[in-house]
Amino acid sequence: MARIAGVDIPRDKRVEISLTYIYGIGRSSSQRILWATGIDPNRRVKDLTGEELARLRDHIEQHYRVEGDLRREVNMNIKRLVEIGCYRGLRHRRGLPVRGQRTRTNARTRKGPKKTVAGKKRARK
Amino acid sequence: MGRSLKKGPYVDPKLLRKIEEMNRRGERKVIKTWSRASTIFPQFVGHTIAVHDGRRHVPIYITENMVGHKLGEFAPTRFFRGHVKSEKSSRARR
Repeated sequence: MARIAGVDIPRDKRVEISLTYIYGIGRSSSQRILWATGIDPNRRVKDLTGEELARLRDHIEQHYRVEGDLRREVNMNIKRLVEIGCYRGLRHRRGLPVRGQRTRTNARTRKGPKKTVAGKKRARK
Repeated sequence: MGRSLKKGPYVDPKLLRKIEEMNRRGERKVIKTWSRASTIFPQFVGHTIAVHDGRRHVPIYITENMVGHKLGEFAPTRFFRGHVKSEKSSRARR
């Protein structure tokens, strides 16, 4: 069991990839972490020594905001936008794209699965 | 793209002058403005500014959280009242 930053237990994969299973760490930060701690990114997590794991854990804890803390921060930011009643907040409230994307088509990520509107025929007269 | 830092945040000079005048006198009056692009400065906090939305001036009370946003973000210009009710008859006619 390799446990870093809470509950994440990626194993059997290369460290570089495993680290990205932590919320808030992607490929770039993963590579930067390994470079900073001097661990070969190609090694498997199961082959790491306890000392190396501890080093990773320490480094991440000190330099990165991950998992719960990060999620909370993101939610706080959104909450702030919603509360001050600005345009971006309104878009969050309605579950529509926030950054000016088109909504005539697409925008499915924000809007969720298609809800077909019945009787959408061309207007008469 | 963001605005160049060299220039600093934009605010309508007239608006800023009015606010500062009011701050000095300790007045609280609603100011009408068309300057939606103006950044909200810390000096604005506590004032009510009526921002034009194309039709009328929407009064907005400035709180601390709003600093750094633009006035226009708080006065939406489009009103969506829902789609037209589907005409059932058009369906029957086909």
